[in-house]
Amino acid sequence: MRIGVFVCHCGSNIAATVDCPSVAQAAKLFPDVVFASDTMYACSEPGQDAIIQAIKEHRLDGVVVASCSPRMHEPTFRRALERAGLNRYMLEMANIREHVSWIGKNKELNTVKATELVRIAAAKLRLNTPLYANQFDVTKRVLVIGGGVAGIQAALDCADAGIQVIMVERDTSIGGKMAKLDKTFPTVDCSSCILGPKMVDVAQHPNITLYAASEVEEISGYVGNFDVKVRRRATYVNWDACTGCGLCMEKCPSKKSYDAFNEGVAPTAAIGISFPQAIPKKASINAEFCMKLQKGKCGVCAKICPTKCIDFEQQDTIVSEKVGAIVAATGYDLFDWTVYNQYGGGRYPDVVTSLQYERMMNASGPTAGHIKRPSDGKEPKRVVFIQCVGSRDKAVDRPYCSGFCCMYTAKQAVLTKDHIPDSDSYVFYMDIRSPGKGYDEFTRRAQEQYGVQYVRGRVSMIYPKGDVLVVRGADTLAGTQVEVEADLVVLAVGIESSKGAPHLAEKLRISYDHYGFFMEAHPKLKPVETNTAGVYLAGCCQGPKDIPTSVGQGSAAAAKVLTLFAKDKLESDPQISRVNQNRCVGCLKCTMTCPFGAVKDVKDRAGNTKAEVVETVCQGCGICTVTCPHGAIQLQHFTDNQILAEVNALCQPEMEF
Amino acid sequence: MSQRIGYYPGCSGAGTSMEYDASTRAVCARLGLALQEVPDWSCCGSTPAHTVDHVLSAALSARNLELAAEAGLETVTTPCPSCLANLRVAGHKMEKEGFRNQVKALLETECASLATVKSTLQVLLEDVGPEAVKAKVVRPLSKLRVACYYGCIMNRPPEVMQFDDPEHPMSMDTLLEACGAEVLPFPLKVECCGAAAGMPRKDIVTELSGRLLDVAAGMGVDAIVTACPLCQMNLDLRQGQVNSARGTSHAIPVFYFTQLMGLAMGLSSSEMGISKLAVDPKPCLEQAGVL
Amino acid sequence: MKTISLQKPDVQFIREVRERSGQEPSHCYQCGNCTAGCPYNFAYDIPVSRIMRLLQLGRREEILQSKSLWLCATCQSCTTRCPNRIDVARVMDVLRHMAREAGYATERNVKAFGDAFLESVEKHGRVYEVGILATYVRKTGRFWTDVELAPRMLPKGKLSLKPHTIQGAEHIARIFRRYRGEPDPVAKNGGEKK
Repeated sequence: MRIGVFVCHCGSNIAATVDCPSVAQAAKLFPDVVFASDTMYACSEPGQDAIIQAIKEHRLDGVVVASCSPRMHEPTFRRALERAGLNRYMLEMANIREHVSWIGKNKELNTVKATELVRIAAAKLRLNTPLYANQFDVTKRVLVIGGGVAGIQAALDCADAGIQVIMVERDTSIGGKMAKLDKTFPTVDCSSCILGPKMVDVAQHPNITLYAASEVEEISGYVGNFDVKVRRRATYVNWDACTGCGLCMEKCPSKKSYDAFNEGVAPTAAIGISFPQAIPKKASINAEFCMKLQKGKCGVCAKICPTKCIDFEQQDTIVSEKVGAIVAATGYDLFDWTVYNQYGGGRYPDVVTSLQYERMMNASGPTAGHIKRPSDGKEPKRVVFIQCVGSRDKAVDRPYCSGFCCMYTAKQAVLTKDHIPDSDSYVFYMDIRSPGKGYDEFTRRAQEQYGVQYVRGRVSMIYPKGDVLVVRGADTLAGTQVEVEADLVVLAVGIESSKGAPHLAEKLRISYDHYGFFMEAHPKLKPVETNTAGVYLAGCCQGPKDIPTSVGQGSAAAAKVLTLFAKDKLESDPQISRVNQNRCVGCLKCTMTCPFGAVKDVKDRAGNTKAEVVETVCQGCGICTVTCPHGAIQLQHFTDNQILAEVNALCQPEMEF
Repeated sequence: MSQRIGYYPGCSGAGTSMEYDASTRAVCARLGLALQEVPDWSCCGSTPAHTVDHVLSAALSARNLELAAEAGLETVTTPCPSCLANLRVAGHKMEKEGFRNQVKALLETECASLATVKSTLQVLLEDVGPEAVKAKVVRPLSKLRVACYYGCIMNRPPEVMQFDDPEHPMSMDTLLEACGAEVLPFPLKVECCGAAAGMPRKDIVTELSGRLLDVAAGMGVDAIVTACPLCQMNLDLRQGQVNSARGTSHAIPVFYFTQLMGLAMGLSSSEMGISKLAVDPKPCLEQAGVL
Repeated sequence: MKTISLQKPDVQFIREVRERSGQEPSHCYQCGNCTAGCPYNFAYDIPVSRIMRLLQLGRREEILQSKSLWLCATCQSCTTRCPNRIDVARVMDVLRHMAREAGYATERNVKAFGDAFLESVEKHGRVYEVGILATYVRKTGRFWTDVELAPRMLPKGKLSLKPHTIQGAEHIARIFRRYRGEPDPVAKNGGEKK
């Protein structure tokens, strides 16, 4: 073999603490190395050209690039090898930046370590063999999980491009959190007026199949060919027949059902449509509160329904769909603020969440758009807003900023003045975070034009005194404690990942952070991709985001799907396990340990049991290779021999320090 | 069934809060808890000690924890939250070896085993329980509307106390409800009364205790129930000082929770030291029919 | 208010507070929650959140001369509610220790009360309330302290006119002497000192 070694300076990133020329010099002595040099930026165009030229000039058949983490530039250098006529798997990278120059300051020791890493890479490369990808078909249909504004945008963009979309929504209607908002900042335009038409488009689009009141049950397969099972929850209403007339809701005698859409501001009927603009506009029964389902009595709805669509016997059903890509857009949930016992822990009716306040201000909400105190129905004249409830608070394990609360609080304070002109509003804040277009101007307007009193400090406690709430806080700018008597307190409750998000992430085989937010493939350059091919992210499932950013991500995720679907065939990764049938004794330990179900048992010609890897399912994790007692199953590009060669290179006795 | 448990009355139990001590002993006896006083117990050092030095404070407390352990008492209960805080903080900090060695040097003992400490409130709630309390009630306090006031350090800091909620404790509410009282949701359960500032800075106590009395009066309570000698003293004995400083005319009786529990369980008012209270509780108890 | 130079923080002071309290001053982001909930704030000269800020700036003198240190009753509101889990009450306690060591006592009467209390403990092993009052009055010259309470307490038998002295009183006295680094006197019953 004829190996070439290229040691990258990465400007001063590596060269400042590694003597790159001497690493190259040392590499010349390694077995099979016929060429070695150092280069300023190996990934730059002249850097790549130099590699290509050296391959041709020195008839190289393998290349070691000692530079950065392969995560970013392995594809770059593999393409360079292909341009020079080599197989892309004849490349090895030695990470002398993250593993050496960035973590140690001693140049001498760093140079020794960098040299050793190159020695390891060269030793492995000697056992590399060309690998070739197979091609497979792509199912050009996409699954969008979550029907909030991010998911809606992704679905519509894909559908408009001619792609079949399957949308799965856990609630009985799409619309997500945005559908609950009264107005949006900083334009103060009506939320449902701008979201409503998009929801209707989803319902009417010939390319979109919507499963509401449904959840993803199971996902198998791989990019281009996912098999998805969707559980359609029983709604006890035959949606094919339901016309959404709402008669059942009117006549239902059980009027104490929890109204999830209205955030529990007022109770609702046990059967009904969650809100007037719901899509699909179909009724469903809240089994927990339905007297017929709980006690076997009643059934009024079934008697009066004009289309006879009530079905108390209805069961969950499972439908199967085949898709080629998945967009996760599962949104967020509100932090459970009742852990703040100093704010009453939910015991004071006139302490409400920001989302409850949205419903109280909304014309189609339970108070028909009139702001009323939950305790006595009176119009509040003094409203206190408290920011960062469940945000930037390590004590409740929510150290992150929820991002948009500063803005919606300013909006709610402004709207309060619009609704109740003789009211006073107070906002307790720690910092105002308003970096969007027109955002800071908006918070200024709240203070300058609407006279909202902004108080810089946290609130320590709220307690009732007579029929008012005493809010005791600090004004750190004035440098002291302050108290306000309020008729209503609105908590700007922070957000957290959607309930069950980690569970879904495991089904999708994507990573999630400590808080349950899904991990993007790269925080800057791959914000909507995941590390699982064919799975993309949009909206708050990845982290707190406002509406414009969520919509932008929805479109970005759609663009990624369309890019994937632009090809008719996809290439499989050849870095997967293969079974040496001669060595396999058919113990099938590999079958049992494979987390992806990629190893199946087959019979050879003599009728003996053997293991066989399903190429398209194997993810190349290597668990089977360490399980196999006979070394019969080997991960291509990471065979036992290749790894032993690396170990031997590192442990050879003549290493000098 | 009788349970043996160590008892640490605290200095005020032998003086200004003798009725708390007496009622605690009587109620525990009635509920089958055999209290055994920690032999030759000494002062925990209270707030003055920890404001001077943490090792000194821990040494004063640890002496008692060690004496209790030597007497075979694994658990010690104290009615006083200030003692509770000092004894528990000492045990908590002595889990760290460096600190423990400093304490040992002051004490000249090995501190090989130390008793654990629980408030009497905790023992009554967890070891006896509201059901058992209810079973002993012969004169339910059903006409009594009370506010339960826990004081600031009965449950705080939560890392040390490990009992009840630091912002919204319910243990005393639960016990008094078991005795039939109507417990109103007092929002200032854990707000400080002014603590030991009474002697040096009376103005602080009249302000802080005054706020508590105002809110309780606004709720229309018949009485305030406390679990702390200092809280009780500030609210009861100093209620006159509060009134003259703030121009109010409160006359709210302030009980120890054990006194009301004892009355409900049929113990006599003299045994409960009712006459030791400064604000006359008789009208309210007579109205409730438990006197 | 005078100008504070940001360039000369007393880093030794910050380090000492960090080590003695086990708390990290830089974790404070100045939300003000400790001040917001502090029952004693109305009597403070420097609110507790500003003490935390002055600590970050290494302002030893301003802090140790503050009256607030002496008025803090360790009620734990600040510690319980700090979003950054700083044991603020513990920091205040340590600052008070340091103020005492530095010879500052900007609330003389509070210090006098504490000292009187501990003297009683040292002498008897337990607190003797009438004794504390007497010592306190002697130290401060405030003869009329709580005198109006006496008629309410004495008839109820709550104030013992005799100290309770425990068997282990000498052990307690030794603890105090060792704490001060004083040698044990040869004679037994070394209640007298100084």
